[in-house]
Amino acid sequence: MFYRASPSLHTVEISVGSEKGFYNRMKKLLLGNAAVAQGAYEAGVHLVSSYPGTPSTEITECMATYPAEEVFVEWAPNEKVAAEVAIGASIGGGRAMSCCKHVGLNVMADPLFTHSYIGVGGGAVFCVADDPGMHSSQNEQDSRHYARAAKIPMLEPSDSAECLSYTKAAFDLSEQFDTPVLLRLTTRVSHSQSLVEVGEREEHPVKNYEKNIPKHVMMPAMAIKRHAFVEERTLKIADYASDCPFNTVENNGSAIGVITAGIAYQYAKEALGDRVNYCKLGMVWPMPERLLKDFAQSCEKIYVIEELDPFIEESCRAMGIEVVGKELFTMLGEYTPAMIRKAIFGEEPAPAIEPAEAIPARPPVMCAGCPHRGTFYVLKKLGLTVSGDIGCYTLGAVAPLAAVDTTVCMGASVSAAHGMAKVRGKEFAHKLVSVIGDSTFMHSGITGLVDIVYNQGINTVIILDNSITGMTGHQDNPTTGKTIRGEATRQVDLIQLCRGVGIDRITVADPFDVKHFEEVVKQETACDEPSVIIAQRPCALLKSVKYTGHCVITEKCRNCKMCMKLGCPAISLDGTSGTVRIDVTQCNGCGLCTGVCPFGAIEKED
Amino acid sequence: MATTNRIMIVGVGGQGTLLASRILGNAVIRQGYDVKVSEVHGMSQRGGSVVTYVKYGEKVHSPLIDKGEADLILAFELLEAYRALPWLKKGGRLIVNDQKINPMPVITGAAQYPESIREKLGASVNLTAVDALSLAKEAGNIKAVNVVLIGVMAKQTAIPYEEWVETIKTTVPPKFLDVNLKAFELGYRLKSDK
Repeated sequence: MFYRASPSLHTVEISVGSEKGFYNRMKKLLLGNAAVAQGAYEAGVHLVSSYPGTPSTEITECMATYPAEEVFVEWAPNEKVAAEVAIGASIGGGRAMSCCKHVGLNVMADPLFTHSYIGVGGGAVFCVADDPGMHSSQNEQDSRHYARAAKIPMLEPSDSAECLSYTKAAFDLSEQFDTPVLLRLTTRVSHSQSLVEVGEREEHPVKNYEKNIPKHVMMPAMAIKRHAFVEERTLKIADYASDCPFNTVENNGSAIGVITAGIAYQYAKEALGDRVNYCKLGMVWPMPERLLKDFAQSCEKIYVIEELDPFIEESCRAMGIEVVGKELFTMLGEYTPAMIRKAIFGEEPAPAIEPAEAIPARPPVMCAGCPHRGTFYVLKKLGLTVSGDIGCYTLGAVAPLAAVDTTVCMGASVSAAHGMAKVRGKEFAHKLVSVIGDSTFMHSGITGLVDIVYNQGINTVIILDNSITGMTGHQDNPTTGKTIRGEATRQVDLIQLCRGVGIDRITVADPFDVKHFEEVVKQETACDEPSVIIAQRPCALLKSVKYTGHCVITEKCRNCKMCMKLGCPAISLDGTSGTVRIDVTQCNGCGLCTGVCPFGAIEKED
Repeated sequence: MATTNRIMIVGVGGQGTLLASRILGNAVIRQGYDVKVSEVHGMSQRGGSVVTYVKYGEKVHSPLIDKGEADLILAFELLEAYRALPWLKKGGRLIVNDQKINPMPVITGAAQYPESIREKLGASVNLTAVDALSLAKEAGNIKAVNVVLIGVMAKQTAIPYEEWVETIKTTVPPKFLDVNLKAFELGYRLKSDK
């Protein structure tokens, strides 16, 4: 009944009734992400290091449910560190994995491109989850381009069963060809549950480590030779691709052929059934040229069905295969079976009953009791320019708060504000703040802060310390004092950290003490030196946070609607009376509104 | 079973649609079906519209449901039921929790919450409206709205009562089992007013 799904819920074990069923063996209903974790576990993975990011987070969370004696699992401060940890583990002879969302792969890219040259000791798998439709992301990049750019083979499963089997096979593939392997997921694969058969863990003892400078030290003399190795390796894998078990042809005796991969295969299967032939690519780079050319010869017309960029389509054309692709489809968002049916066969979708009036949108909002609400209320009131970042607090851009001015990527709130201040001058800088969460600050905010100090900026940075990584569903981070397995560990002291890089003005303030918080922000932004405000209050969804009762509006209310400026989902105008009311089913009794009301008309009730 | 059954669960992030979809998914695989459950995580969960799809049958390919194709929609909130209406197939059934949660555009006055949604839905589809919030309170926790609604839906399926109870026992955390079993019971035993 609680909406936050725990990793244990991803692995509910079900015995399937055999007498009436189509499935008579032990099967599990697993989230794609949980199946990736199971595949890595079965492959005998020794180490997993990741940074959370929707839709990839649950892979690493699930990894931490396997015994610590068998696999070391950690949250790293960012994806670059995570990838490097995995690379080191691989060179050290262990099987290693690192998981991230698509934009995390950008952060990971630097080590990954050179890891491609070095190759592996123990198998190394990098799992990236793209987000077509941008359910929870700031862009819609297609990570398949990275496979080609870094010259690393990429597998793409289409359901949970393939998530398990491909992940497992990826480790073998990695060792067979001396290459890291990319595993690409998309939201609907990561976050759909389907049936899988689970197996036992295969032990792969950590291999011997041998010092090998030509292979492991990438400086020009060595890297020049390794680049030649990479090009040779790519040819070998491309040849293997035409015979590998990941790429399959399903001939239904049709004149029409469909080349597809990942979730788009499942949509195509549902839409087109056995009316077409399929060439399903489980390995999306390098492309299986022989296989594709043979397939093309067996059909009169070939369609490529793939979400986002025309990656397969352009490769086919480069091979001289004539295909139809994005002429019929879009590069935006997700596909659906109905869209495919219409594009290929011109078949109309099922009739639908449309409401006769406009339906108000329901965008995501900060939760009732969210500590960020107090911060944004003050920033908006003071009319400051707010350089934003990635996390729940990006929702500070949503009306009525609408306080955030910019959001680019993890950490950019700090560094972009520095750039803004430098071009617009001191007066502007006094009206500018950066807001960044505790986890995001550790990820890549601290480097921006170093830049501000080093290059004589005067910015004010507000660290929104809610004691957890919020948006991705409550992961621990270096500031929480706990590891992914919940063990107590040394906690990064944000105050000492900021002081250490040269910030002299550091204030800790509670964003729910609105008056005090406002004073602190005014004071710090007015200064001619850089400053940090640590806005400290835990996420309202943490189990340790125990708000009780709820708030009520008393007869002292003069209907000034000041409380409505908070943008709290529990406070709204009653349509008939035009007065403010608090919905007790939404209110969690955090009490922020009681401090905002100028007439003391809101009170707490048990 | 040659055809695929398509059920959509819609609501507001935080209402517990995810657990409801998992109970349903686990209940149908106990019956030996192939099943796919598509969930929403991340930003959309923060008080936004949330949609999960549950599809089961002999073999399920796409985890998504297109417009005009849902056999049943289980809606946790009136506006979300109205929003999901185009996904219901002709002759499909809609179960709705008779609760209003104002979205932010309504709170800020940028939009109006449509009037008489329940009546409008009743006029165009086979509707069961339930005051799941009161029943959840009766069960002991207002957050058990999701399991009350699963109970109402369970009654309309061919899956036996005992199978649902077993599924709930294996799906919900032990700490909340009693409340959830009571919530299920209240939903299951509810006499439909339609």
